[in-house]
Amino acid sequence: MSAPLLEVDNLVTHFRSDRGLVRAVDGVSFSLERGQTLGIVGESGCGKTVLSRSIMGLLPPKNVVIGGHVRFEGRDLGALRAVDMRRVWGAEIAMVFQDPMTSLNPVMRIGVQVTEGLRVHLDMDKDRATETAIALLKSVGIPEAERRMHQYPFELSGGMRQRVTIAIAIACGPKLLIADEPTTALDVTVQAQILNLLQDKQRERHMAMILVTHDLGVVAGRTDHIAVMYAGKIVETAPTATLFTEMRMPYTEALIRSIPKPAAPSHTRLRAIEGRPPDLVRPPVGCNFAPRCPYARDKCHDHEPPLEGGEHAFACWYPI
Amino acid sequence: MLPLPPEASATLADAERKPRKLGLFFWLSIGWVALVIVLAVFAGVLPIPDPNAQRSGLNLNPSVHHLLGTDGLGRDMFARVVYAARVSLTVGFASIALGLAVGGTMGVIAGYYRGRIDRVLMAAVDVMLAFPALVFALAIVTFLGQNLRNVTIAIAVISIAPIARIVRASTLTFAQRDFVLAARTLGASNRRIILREILPNVAIPIGSFSFIAVALAVVGEGGLAFLGLSVHAPTATWGGMINDGRSFLQDHPNLSLIPSAVLFATVLALNFAGDTLRSRFDVKDVSV
Amino acid sequence: MRAVAGKILYLIPVLFAVSALSFGMLKLLPGDPAVNILGPSATPAAVKTLHKQLGLDQPVVNQYGRFVWNALHGDLGRSYQNNQPTTESLRQRLPVTLELLVLSQLLALLVSVPIAIRAAVRPDGLLDRISTSASFGFLALPPYIVGVVLVLLFAVRFHIFPATGYTPLTQNPFENLRSLTLPSITLALAELATYLRLLRADMITTLQEDFITMARAKGMPPRRILWRHAFRPSSFSLVTVAGLNFGRLIGGTFIVEILFALPGIGELTVNSIFSNDYLVVQGTVLLVAVGYVLVNFLVDLLYVVIDPRVRHAAAAA
Repeated sequence: MSAPLLEVDNLVTHFRSDRGLVRAVDGVSFSLERGQTLGIVGESGCGKTVLSRSIMGLLPPKNVVIGGHVRFEGRDLGALRAVDMRRVWGAEIAMVFQDPMTSLNPVMRIGVQVTEGLRVHLDMDKDRATETAIALLKSVGIPEAERRMHQYPFELSGGMRQRVTIAIAIACGPKLLIADEPTTALDVTVQAQILNLLQDKQRERHMAMILVTHDLGVVAGRTDHIAVMYAGKIVETAPTATLFTEMRMPYTEALIRSIPKPAAPSHTRLRAIEGRPPDLVRPPVGCNFAPRCPYARDKCHDHEPPLEGGEHAFACWYPI
Repeated sequence: MLPLPPEASATLADAERKPRKLGLFFWLSIGWVALVIVLAVFAGVLPIPDPNAQRSGLNLNPSVHHLLGTDGLGRDMFARVVYAARVSLTVGFASIALGLAVGGTMGVIAGYYRGRIDRVLMAAVDVMLAFPALVFALAIVTFLGQNLRNVTIAIAVISIAPIARIVRASTLTFAQRDFVLAARTLGASNRRIILREILPNVAIPIGSFSFIAVALAVVGEGGLAFLGLSVHAPTATWGGMINDGRSFLQDHPNLSLIPSAVLFATVLALNFAGDTLRSRFDVKDVSV
Repeated sequence: MRAVAGKILYLIPVLFAVSALSFGMLKLLPGDPAVNILGPSATPAAVKTLHKQLGLDQPVVNQYGRFVWNALHGDLGRSYQNNQPTTESLRQRLPVTLELLVLSQLLALLVSVPIAIRAAVRPDGLLDRISTSASFGFLALPPYIVGVVLVLLFAVRFHIFPATGYTPLTQNPFENLRSLTLPSITLALAELATYLRLLRADMITTLQEDFITMARAKGMPPRRILWRHAFRPSSFSLVTVAGLNFGRLIGGTFIVEILFALPGIGELTVNSIFSNDYLVVQGTVLLVAVGYVLVNFLVDLLYVVIDPRVRHAAAAA
């Protein structure tokens, strides 16, 4: 069997701070094949953004401790030199960021921001790059693409800007696309469009995709697998349908239950999860979720449950 | 750099906290300025030769009789440097004090009352800022006469506009705060609020900025003196001494270098003290 | 467009105020301006003639009007010393001062920009700390100290550059640059420090923006990211400050011109002051002040034009 496209092996990312070591990502493992979509879901602060950056290798070198391995097509990304890493970024692994207003350079024209990847990675000349860029913008659903090439980001709406970042991301034909909260900064009406666009592009180009979000609704129909993250660790991972119907980990259950249902009668109480996320410098002994878990028992507070179970893995002593 | 998880960024910010202590160099700076002030003030009673007496030989090297040698007219360099300090420091402090009185008042009023008063005052400030400073100072000194009073006035006048701007900016940040609102709801009059609430708070950042302002005033006076447009010769001025020394650069560079060094050290000390105080009290970088 | 019109509207009263100030300077003179110009040994007849000539027997407002009218027609009076029209003297001397200004600013930018960028990439690194300390020192070194030291080192001790004197560009470009080297360096040092501090702080902020991370994630080479992605937005405030510096620098050029005996506007002004040639002083002050206001205005306009973010804010407003 050939190596998976992406293999994350016990990835650890800790930040050194005055208060101690912040265990933002504390041993995450998963693998991904081409054409598959993985959703990574969790509350704010669970470490999912740090995880996505760690996979890319985008973290600043200062005060960061990295452990574990990230293997892309068999190659250990951590062992690559900077110049080789730059060839991977954009051309093999690409990223779509959360807020297109801040992730696009405000003083550079759209056209340049799209073509520069083409020229640097694919060695295209100016004309060819421009043609390709226009085609790309069209393919992500931007009307009047030629005109838009000369515009600045502020002249586009939020949804269009995100389309541009998607165009930029897929421009050089990457094999893996990481979308970090791609719709969080957008209007609700636009969110579905962008998600559909991502899905279309992924299918078209047979890319692997990682969708990072706090919103279970985003991943519901659009992913093959889902990994639920809590306090820097994956606590449950399963094929999407299975997760929603046969969740085992109480946290997952709480997450799913906390989604407001439009069909429910008015004045139904929102079911929030009690308590607050744990301190990542001094995580609790035992299961990280135990302090907030309605089913917690003594063992949960004393011993940390391992993540185990093959295709549907979960980390819980007393799965539901 | 990238958005770190909230926990991490909070703690990294702690790591960048400003140091509590003022530091050795700060106290050295204060010490130097204090030394110069003391020497200048007590010059009359100290055993220093007459700065204008052309008794001794010309361009002598430093000796027991003349700690820093003599200049091209046989005058004791050390004495001249000390007496020149009187001019520079008087102009420096007095002009900024005046500038603060006028410009500071304008700034506080504009920043507190806002509205039409603010716009009128700031328009006046803009016009003043539109006039190149040195030209203004030159004009005032030229047309009013070259004495200590007029030089002080000249530098004070050109400092009014920048000071007004900065004081206004500082006032704005405080005038919007809750404690002002609280005072007002308790029925305090505007005057009382300005005096008891605004001024004490504004005084801190402006105080640290004043050091830098004095440094700029000293540099300004030095420039005027260099051009021969500060106090009349033969009164010693640092700028004037530097200019006088130009004719002797070949063989006696000290004549220019000594007053240069003293001026540089004083300005540097003032700048450093002001900058340290400013970052210590965490004021936003307000540019003139 | 509306913003531009507003700025022009604001410009006019400022120009008026500035010209009134320039005009009013002569009025500041205690006593009779004519006597001040002619000196204490002036005969009453000469004083009276000069009165008429200068229109001093007219009401002040008329005098001001005449002053502005003449100025707009290129008449800034004559030197009492040599009867040369002030406009003529200024025309001859302006290129010198301008060349000095341009060269010194170019020098300051050429040195400060690369250093600031490198320092911003590694804050608190060796280069950063050295350049920050050096800048601090430069800010305490006014032109009259720097100039003298430079002359001492490079003209007196080592005869590389001339201590004084000026060769026009048209006459001998090489000598021209040689005669302006020390003066330009003198003026450039303090500006260098200002630009360095400003750009460094700006770049450090810019480098923390999301779009820089995005550029890295696109696999862009570091040099491209620094210059194309980060320097661009940071450069705008630099350009503005450089433009607005023009007025501050005027003071510096005066001193530098006297130091190095360069026949520029500053030298003319200072010498005229000493020879009581107050009409010339009035003329040059007017030119300098108006020039300053106009340059500021242009820079203001330019800023709106070149920085897309400002246009965005204006559009949103």
